[in-house]
Amino acid sequence: MSENSTSNITPHPLVEMRDICKRFLDVKAEDHVDLSVYPREIVGLLGENGAGKTTLMKILFGLYQPDSGAILVNGEEVTFHSPLDTIQHGIGMVHQHFNLVDHHSVIENIIIGDKKSSPRGIVDYRGARKRIRELSERYGLEVDPDSEVWQLSVGEKQRVEILKALYRDVKLLILDEPTAVLTPQEVVNLFITLKQLVKHGLSIVFISHKLNEVMEVTDRSVILRRGRRIGEQKTSETTKEKLAAMMVGTDESFVVPKKAVSFQGELLKIDSLTVKNDMGLVAVNNISLTLNKGSTLGIAGVSGNGQRELAEALGGVRRAESGRIIMEGKDITNLPPARLVEAKMARIPEDRFRLGLVMDFNIAENLVMEKHRQPPFSRGIFLSWPKIMESARGLIEKFDIRTPGARTTTHSLSGGNIQKVLLARELSMDPTVVLAAQPTRGLDIGAVSFVHRLMEDERSNGKGILFISEDLDELLAVSDIIAVMYEGEIMGIIPAAEATKEKLGRLMMGIKDSSPAEKTREVSAYAD
Amino acid sequence: MRIKLVKRPPLPLWKRALLPVWAILLAFLISGIFIALTGTNVLEAFWLIITGSLGSRFAFLETLIKMTPMCLTGLAVTIAFRAKFWNIGAEGQLYMGAMAAAWIGIIPLSSSPFIQIPVIIMAGFVAGGLLAIFPAWLKVKFKVDDVVTTLMLNYVVIFLMRALLDTVWRDPISGWPHSPSILPAAIFPRLLPPGRLHIGFLIALGAAVLCFILLKYTGLGYRLRAVGYNPQASRYGGINVKRTLLATAFISGGLAGLAGVGEVCGMQFYLIDGISSGYGYYGVAIAMLANLQPLGVILASFFFAVIFTGSQTMSRYTVVPVYISDIMQGLTLITMLMVLLLNRYKIKISRK
Repeated sequence: MSENSTSNITPHPLVEMRDICKRFLDVKAEDHVDLSVYPREIVGLLGENGAGKTTLMKILFGLYQPDSGAILVNGEEVTFHSPLDTIQHGIGMVHQHFNLVDHHSVIENIIIGDKKSSPRGIVDYRGARKRIRELSERYGLEVDPDSEVWQLSVGEKQRVEILKALYRDVKLLILDEPTAVLTPQEVVNLFITLKQLVKHGLSIVFISHKLNEVMEVTDRSVILRRGRRIGEQKTSETTKEKLAAMMVGTDESFVVPKKAVSFQGELLKIDSLTVKNDMGLVAVNNISLTLNKGSTLGIAGVSGNGQRELAEALGGVRRAESGRIIMEGKDITNLPPARLVEAKMARIPEDRFRLGLVMDFNIAENLVMEKHRQPPFSRGIFLSWPKIMESARGLIEKFDIRTPGARTTTHSLSGGNIQKVLLARELSMDPTVVLAAQPTRGLDIGAVSFVHRLMEDERSNGKGILFISEDLDELLAVSDIIAVMYEGEIMGIIPAAEATKEKLGRLMMGIKDSSPAEKTREVSAYAD
Repeated sequence: MRIKLVKRPPLPLWKRALLPVWAILLAFLISGIFIALTGTNVLEAFWLIITGSLGSRFAFLETLIKMTPMCLTGLAVTIAFRAKFWNIGAEGQLYMGAMAAAWIGIIPLSSSPFIQIPVIIMAGFVAGGLLAIFPAWLKVKFKVDDVVTTLMLNYVVIFLMRALLDTVWRDPISGWPHSPSILPAAIFPRLLPPGRLHIGFLIALGAAVLCFILLKYTGLGYRLRAVGYNPQASRYGGINVKRTLLATAFISGGLAGLAGVGEVCGMQFYLIDGISSGYGYYGVAIAMLANLQPLGVILASFFFAVIFTGSQTMSRYTVVPVYISDIMQGLTLITMLMVLLLNRYKIKISRK
């Protein structure tokens, strides 16, 4: 919106966040982050999953309190205790997951909690309907105010959420990954609306990790990585490649001394696998991959391109719609986790707190989970606690888990040690194949190299490792072969020795051939 | 002024052991206000509660009799809640057990109580268990809310029983809606005659110990706790979550069924409407008071029984209505939950 910013230069930002810090246990979610939003601009907040985008916006919206730092609205310092406070200061947010009452009408959802809509305790439906119609028309947010929310499509629900904020006269609208749930046509409409809103004087923070969209709709982008602000780019002066490089980062390089190994044979064969996501859309589209003995197959890709669904299908917790997964000649498609354990597949899930471990269990209880039915840990219907504790103490020692003891509750451990408990559980089964989904996300550098060393040990012992990561430096260091996923498909498979970050980065953005014509078509994919 | 709860490390063991004492004292203090409102001497009222439930051999045995079904329903709820199967249906499961006992109790299997009684106990357990399995199955199969289904099944079962009592089981001689008396071989032996205390009391204590062993030392108990804490991680770790929940429900319902068996074979010797004074619902409060610990259920159900029998005695000698016992039990539960919170949090009051 360059014509706006030139015609209406305001030296004062509308909202300013200064030096924001926020910790969750031992994870620094925000590490001295600054962000300003000026009137009439769309700011992209760009970063990978876990970079701190959503946390930063939840702090601005009053859902979290920052540990330190200041928030200024129109130059005045404010403290938000709740979203109600925030909305009164003219800031609204549309969350990734909608907060709508399914069996209420659109009007009721929009005016909920708004005292002005019910003077003297009586709801003024007619006034509200009129106002909503006006707003819909002005900004192209088409939705029937009298239908009930459960009847609406996802795109319409999002419009209701936006209307909810506009109805309260917000000056700044925060959109948390608004396109993640939309069809391409709905994305086009959303972008038209956003441009309308800015024309009428609003400012927008647009959270995303999709570079196409950021290039298409924003005026300026702020890039976050691992809770730190990496930099800022004017959209008119930057390229997707530049943004991608800032997102994935170059500051840490990993050195994993890889042993030369010579094993023969296939361990895992994924054959035309198709998997759907929670919304029933195809997330993994007919992909085929092969994992050999003594090798690491890296899976690269910007998050949300099907890696999670692939890992869950391989891990036995998501159905494969079609295709087959063959491990050492045995069909393991859609087998439950217990059968996969028997087949000796170690699985390290992306979400170690939700899927990996029972955080309220102590370390010994977590370590024995997959083998608690086997001797010597189980005799008849009884468990043998002396044997379980003995084995746990051995694993704590072997995997260097820093804990007061095997009876310590898992959630009282630090992030790195929690991951070590999970690795100890999975690798102690003497696996044939290791499926590691984002095994180093959120860990400090020491724990990261510990994980890499463990994986390398398995690899040099002839095991096969499927290593999913969004960190290209990491993948280049650990992998023998790297496959890149984009929109559920394999864009390319490159031997790690021949791969560069630039090459992989282009594939991650869905650019197969780097000829200039292809590039232009890709960039303008969202243009109307 | 803002009042906030701030996390703190757990208290040392001796302080934690004193927490329930504080809770009970606080509950008594507040109930004292209600007793005083009736114009009764508060200390005298409390003294009557204590002597009325513990002051004589007869009173003490009556307290243990009341404790028996409460202990079993408390265990039923404890086991279910540990797996986060929200079984509010112990009342209905109790009546299923009671119906099974009334039915098997009139079938002459053998003149020996050593055969008749174990069969009845098993039948009561299975009847209660099967009733609890149904809502658990709805939960794992169709994600139907278990609070609603278990609660509503209580009414289904109670009305089913009334239908039976008004038709096939109606006493042919007197015409009263109660089932025929059970056979002598089906009657639970008394523990300390001439008192009414029966072997159901020992069954309840034994069940508490078995539940403790189940949770702590068996594979099923381990899976049950894992599923309660985190079903997704349990499934990922190879546990069959559905089967575990069904097994949990069966055991939970079975325990409540045993409470019904005890009331029929130990107390009434026939089935009649109102055989439970809401024991199934007390089970929820008792389980919470016991912090979902099986051995704690013994203490909690004893405490509830003391208040229950004691306040009946008290209301006979004073103008305080018998409903004071409900107030005291409710208050104790609330103060206990508050005090347990203080184990992990401290209250911070700040001016703003």
